[in-house]
Amino acid sequence: MYSAHALSLAIWLPIVGGVAVLFTGGDGNARWARRLSLLIALAVFAATIPLYAGFDHHTAAMQFVENHRWIPAFNINYHIGIDGISLPLILLTSFTTVIVVIAGWEVIKTRVSQYMAAFLVMEGLMIGVFASMDAILFYVFWEAMLIPMFVIIGIWGGPNRVYATVKFFLYTLLGSVLMLVALLYLYFKGGNSFDIQSFYALKLSMTEQVLIFLAFLMAFAVKVPMWPVHTWLPDAHVEAPTGGSVVLAAIMLKMGAYGFLRFSLPILPDASHELAWLMITLSLVAIIYISLVALVQEDMKKLIAYSSIAHMGFVTLGFFIFNAQGIEGGLVEMISHGFVSGALFLCVGVLYDRMHSRQIRDYGGVASHMPMFASFMMLFVMANVGLPGTSGFVGEFLVILGSFQANGWYAFLAATMLITGAAYTLWLYKRVIFGNVVSDRVAALHDVGVREFSFLALLAVAVLTMGLWPYPFLDVMHSSVNHLLAQVSVSKL
Amino acid sequence: MTFAVPNIVPAMPEIFILAMACAILILDLFLDDSNRHVGYLLTLATLVGAAVLTVRSFHHTAVYTFNHMFVADTLADVIDLAIYGMTFFVLVYSRRYLRERGMFRGEYFVLALFGVVGMMVMTSATHFLTLYLGLELLSLSQYAMVAFQRDSSLATEAAMKYFVLGALASGMLLYGMSMLYGVTGSLDIGVVRQKIEAMSHGNVVLIFGLVFIVVGLAFKLGAVPFHMWIPDVYQGAPTAVTLYIGTMPKLAVFAMIIRLLVGGLQGLSASWQEMFMIMAVLSMALGNLIAIAQTNIKRMLAYSTISHMGFFLLGIVSAGPAGYGAAMFYMLVYASMSLGGFGMVILLSRAGFEADTLDDFRGLNQRSPWHAFIMLLLMFSMAGVPPTAGFYAKLLVFQAIISAGYVWLAVVGVLLSVVGAFYYLRVIKLMYFDAPVDSSPIRVDADLQLMMGINGLAMIAVTPWVGALVNLCSQAIRSIS
Repeated sequence: MYSAHALSLAIWLPIVGGVAVLFTGGDGNARWARRLSLLIALAVFAATIPLYAGFDHHTAAMQFVENHRWIPAFNINYHIGIDGISLPLILLTSFTTVIVVIAGWEVIKTRVSQYMAAFLVMEGLMIGVFASMDAILFYVFWEAMLIPMFVIIGIWGGPNRVYATVKFFLYTLLGSVLMLVALLYLYFKGGNSFDIQSFYALKLSMTEQVLIFLAFLMAFAVKVPMWPVHTWLPDAHVEAPTGGSVVLAAIMLKMGAYGFLRFSLPILPDASHELAWLMITLSLVAIIYISLVALVQEDMKKLIAYSSIAHMGFVTLGFFIFNAQGIEGGLVEMISHGFVSGALFLCVGVLYDRMHSRQIRDYGGVASHMPMFASFMMLFVMANVGLPGTSGFVGEFLVILGSFQANGWYAFLAATMLITGAAYTLWLYKRVIFGNVVSDRVAALHDVGVREFSFLALLAVAVLTMGLWPYPFLDVMHSSVNHLLAQVSVSKL
Repeated sequence: MTFAVPNIVPAMPEIFILAMACAILILDLFLDDSNRHVGYLLTLATLVGAAVLTVRSFHHTAVYTFNHMFVADTLADVIDLAIYGMTFFVLVYSRRYLRERGMFRGEYFVLALFGVVGMMVMTSATHFLTLYLGLELLSLSQYAMVAFQRDSSLATEAAMKYFVLGALASGMLLYGMSMLYGVTGSLDIGVVRQKIEAMSHGNVVLIFGLVFIVVGLAFKLGAVPFHMWIPDVYQGAPTAVTLYIGTMPKLAVFAMIIRLLVGGLQGLSASWQEMFMIMAVLSMALGNLIAIAQTNIKRMLAYSTISHMGFFLLGIVSAGPAGYGAAMFYMLVYASMSLGGFGMVILLSRAGFEADTLDDFRGLNQRSPWHAFIMLLLMFSMAGVPPTAGFYAKLLVFQAIISAGYVWLAVVGVLLSVVGAFYYLRVIKLMYFDAPVDSSPIRVDADLQLMMGINGLAMIAVTPWVGALVNLCSQAIRSIS
């Protein structure tokens, strides 16, 4: 028997812990801030394990549900619960935060307590997003997350950080506010309730569905990000500190995709089918065009950022072909991309900490001085390409399989990423790692230390486990995905 | 007609404050400059005493007195309590500021208390005459407070502007009331309501009267296009006075709107709804857009006030109990945000230095992380980002406006709130991402430090109690209808 408040614990422990870290004060106590943060991050990860262990795989119903009155006048409740779609994302979040804390250990030297606190608070908010069953609660977590991220990019980011962080904030805020209007509309349409599950049963006309779909699309597409509202992402990624990039890529991008599954598909099944052409087109543009854009990048972080957009195109493609392979593939791709893109950003971070450059042309021949690092990066690069045996393969394979059932051309166009993706990723690897040693600074590089080894190894294990034995992941989400497919196939007109 | 002594019990808090104000005025004559704090402490004690009186006689049902000219009900009690509390904060925030500028004098406290009485009368008025009396008591105190720093040409100019425009607005209001009197033959708001409901639609004089009243109210509120005085007065007045003007009087004006329009002119709601709709959109748009161009933080907050009045009006436009409740909640939240915002300007000011430009906030996080954090909370709250109080306030008005069927207004509102987010973010950017230009240490007294902390943290700590506050607001609104 598991605690009735297991889910609340996972949300509030990092938030309270983050505030506690803040109280360690200035950089004189940085040691303690780091240790306390790691302790909290590990505790939160430990707190999310029971969610998996106690999860009933055979039902699509919400589990670990808590429901308390919050604003009774408007029937807004503190209503949380998880299903097979949100559980993997929560685990990904708590896992990634541990990595991020370790990754920022020595690299962040100024305002350490604020840095660590921001990430811990954000962790709680992100888990809150995945766990919310009340639309307003969801929105509160969804938006509140912008605050720590705004501060993280703005304080610890690169030279152009202010521009990037303001752009990030306004872009995402603009996307979200229309969703708020849509949620309020659903509230009045649906018998004065903000319960997300009560929205599922709501009858909506086609016009209403299409308008609400577009409002949701604004919010989710910006977060995913889908072409053409992706332009904030390369800026934010390039300027963010390594930890910020990891969280952005590994988790925040997943929220948009999660939103489609939690809101758009089940609430607006008819509009989803009606506008599937739009979603598929945007996804394919992201896959093909953004991959080509990634090919010409000279900045390593920018390249991985564009690669993220292309991979997320795969995810949204999988969602809007409406079959089990597609959606499960999309979900697996989300988790896998969380590990892989996080790992790649960390690899760039490892190099950046030594050379203070992200330009590909400054590197070359790294392998001869950092052999261990080169092997790790090789694994992650291969996972990004989708090599069988790595996590990247499972998701891409399922999505292509699913889209082949829908339309052969989708599969054909999507599969081009297997080529372009390999091209830009392997070319990046070749230019940075192989070749002749280009400068004395590269020659002076030293291989990864214990700290760096630990987080790279953790991620490597995750990538390989998921690639070789995806069953535990697929098994958890199976019932929920089938339930979702049943919902999306029933017309609400 | 026989003479009967009216029941003065419902007006006890008002009478208490008035008596204390007179006592402080006299006492001040016998105090020298080293003992001015006696008057200050007495003023604070007066507010606490009045709060005790109000809480002890909290009205769940309305009690009328003075020939139906004055009412004590839940709405009045709740607003009065908020006014005491905020005035308390205002005075504590201003203490050192006033002392350093030679304004720490008995007259100041007396004017502040007279203003409080004026606001309380406004919230309790059920008669045009009482309403006007309260409004003028408040306005005249404010004019004098703005001009209190008599050697400052900026403040004198602001006071002049404020007086001329304020008098004009009062005149408009009075003119509108006289028209209503002409049509209905009564000054009692309750009677006016009944007469209007019995009347056929489309009475031209009635509509004329309504227009003048709405103009007068919009002037006092600072809604576009009657907002011209706000930036000049907010910027020109000593910051302590701006703090006063920018917070409690808005609550009193809210009560006045409820008493006049909802209590009296509900029958004409279709007409004033449209007028307020136009003003709401204009206020949100103009306030947010012009605020972006400001370099003076007091002026920026003034334009931000204008935009907030636009959001507030959305609640009124929805013309239903839920909307009025949302508007009341919005005003309470707005007043506490404004309190914190101007309070921070005071906190950073010191003898001979006004921290009133945006540049003075540069690098605040490095000079004092705690104060930067408080300001961060206030700014995110003003921008309406969850989980701050400002978000819940915006959420409720948008909810109200959508339930009234104006989805397009909500869309306009949320989009303009994104425009507004930009200049609040800029303040945060200056505090957190820029290097300080002014490295002098920030010296803060313990009382100011504590109150500012409460004020800032309340923005986020209110989250679990939003439900209770909303209930209180709807209870207050229900008490008048």
